Amino acid sequence: MESVAVLKSTRRLKIYEKLFSRSMMLSAVLIVVIVIAIFFTLVVTSIPSIKAIGFTFLTSSEWDPVTSKFGTVPFLYGTLLTSLLALIISTPFSIAFGLLLGEYYPKGIFSNVFKNIIELLAGIPSVIYGFWGLFVFVPFVRILEMKFGILPYGVGIFTSSVILALMIMPYSASLITQVVSMTPSNLKEAAYSLGATRFEVIKKLIIPYCKSGIFAGMLLALGRALGETMAVTMLIGNTHDIPKSLFGPGNTMASVIANEFSEATDKVYLSALIEMGALLFVVTFIINIIGKQVIKRF
Amino acid sequence: MASDKGITLRRIKDYLIKGVVILFAAVSVVPLVLILFYIFKQGVAAINWDFFTSLPKPVGEEGGGIANALLGSLMIIFVAAIIAIPFGVSIGIYLSENGERLLARNTRLVVDALQGVPSIVIGIIVYIWVVQPMGSFSALSGSIALAIMMIPIISRSTEETLKLIPHSMKEASLALGVPYYKTMLKVIVPSGLSGILSGIILSIARITGETAPLLFTAFGNPFINLNMLKPMHSLPLLIFNYSTSPYDDWHRLAWGAAFVLMSFVLLLNIITKIASRKWKVQF
Repeated sequence: MESVAVLKSTRRLKIYEKLFSRSMMLSAVLIVVIVIAIFFTLVVTSIPSIKAIGFTFLTSSEWDPVTSKFGTVPFLYGTLLTSLLALIISTPFSIAFGLLLGEYYPKGIFSNVFKNIIELLAGIPSVIYGFWGLFVFVPFVRILEMKFGILPYGVGIFTSSVILALMIMPYSASLITQVVSMTPSNLKEAAYSLGATRFEVIKKLIIPYCKSGIFAGMLLALGRALGETMAVTMLIGNTHDIPKSLFGPGNTMASVIANEFSEATDKVYLSALIEMGALLFVVTFIINIIGKQVIKRF
Repeated sequence: MASDKGITLRRIKDYLIKGVVILFAAVSVVPLVLILFYIFKQGVAAINWDFFTSLPKPVGEEGGGIANALLGSLMIIFVAAIIAIPFGVSIGIYLSENGERLLARNTRLVVDALQGVPSIVIGIIVYIWVVQPMGSFSALSGSIALAIMMIPIISRSTEETLKLIPHSMKEASLALGVPYYKTMLKVIVPSGLSGILSGIILSIARITGETAPLLFTAFGNPFINLNMLKPMHSLPLLIFNYSTSPYDDWHRLAWGAAFVLMSFVLLLNIITKIASRKWKVQF
């Protein structure tokens, strides 16, 4: 009798055992399936637009839903321009942060304060950056523009790039800090013992050693900037023309989607917006995989 | 003599560069201070009892509050957490247990990439998957969108935490005849609980302010709504809508909402920090 009971309980145990490991595996499979499904859904739903518009989607600069003209050049241009500008503005700051926290002050109160500030900046939601930008930074830019005699839009490429830079800076800064602090200390010690100053150690050892890591940090920050929606939507001015100057209004892919998606009733119109989303998805996906692989090698 | 000059020059350069580095870092602190200052100054002025308990008034009428958005945000986030936590944690357990298997490596790659996918794209996807078949915008679809964004954060932090737990614990438990699933659920996961929890709180902090995925899923609603299958308002949506409107009274509500949202996010961040420091997983 007893052995039957034992047998029963071991059988039940085996079932639980299987159930547990299967469900863990299932969740892993499921997330892979979800991401693959995201890709295919985007591709399939953009087929009507690919069929109707074809290649002019990427070459035409006329976007007029009423007459079914969907050329995305102004938005591609706006996206690239704001993201690259943001990257250029933010990189000196994030490298400074990386050197400060990774090399000059890796420990202590000073570094703790700065580390917390970085985390705070990273934690501020994008809509708050946009909101603050709209009510505090835009009037400031407007005053500047009046001083320089430019049309005082306030909103525009420049404004959104600065706010974008602020948003991506903490991200690349923390990655660069990570990489800088991983420079082997025996190399550094060797350099110091040869009489190198700290600046020389940074210039001749740390920077060359971390080159690929810094590049990856910048790449991942660029990925963030490309897909950033809310703050840019609120600050870029949302015109459908190619921006004429750095201070003029423009538009990005993400903000066009945000602005027009829920109004798009026409099938091709909706599909064109989704095609832009698919483009964003593929680009950021590739950027992320490359960036993360490079970082992992450190 | 010449070498003396050389070393002085080099040291001056050294100091100069250090100064520049500190200066750059210090300059980037300024915007943070400005943002916090304005949100606090304008936000506190907008807040009173009415602000939390009443609905937004129509344009032109004084007063009004954000009760609908507050309640909506809490409900959407709560449901998102219910979906994302079991899912994310079990992915994390799988990844930490099956380190180098093909599936694990691919899962890790996909989770990493998912974390970088723009939130607006997640919004589009949930619109196609949930909103279109259901025929209307709904709070549930918003929760699903946010859950998709939470999963990578939760699973990564779970994996990182569980990897820190020494093998000897698992071996000891298995040697006592404890079945594998009980070892995982009653020994390994509880000893990493603080890390897992702080990952969960962090993921909630990250998605609380997300607006883009809610634009065409939860959509917004000027009234209080407790039905997850109907459109619902939320704090970030309210901030977006009201700040881009031309009315001063709505701007005031937006400042107040921004203050509430910021305080909530900061509070969660601080809790995560304290939790991960106080109950650090270490062996």
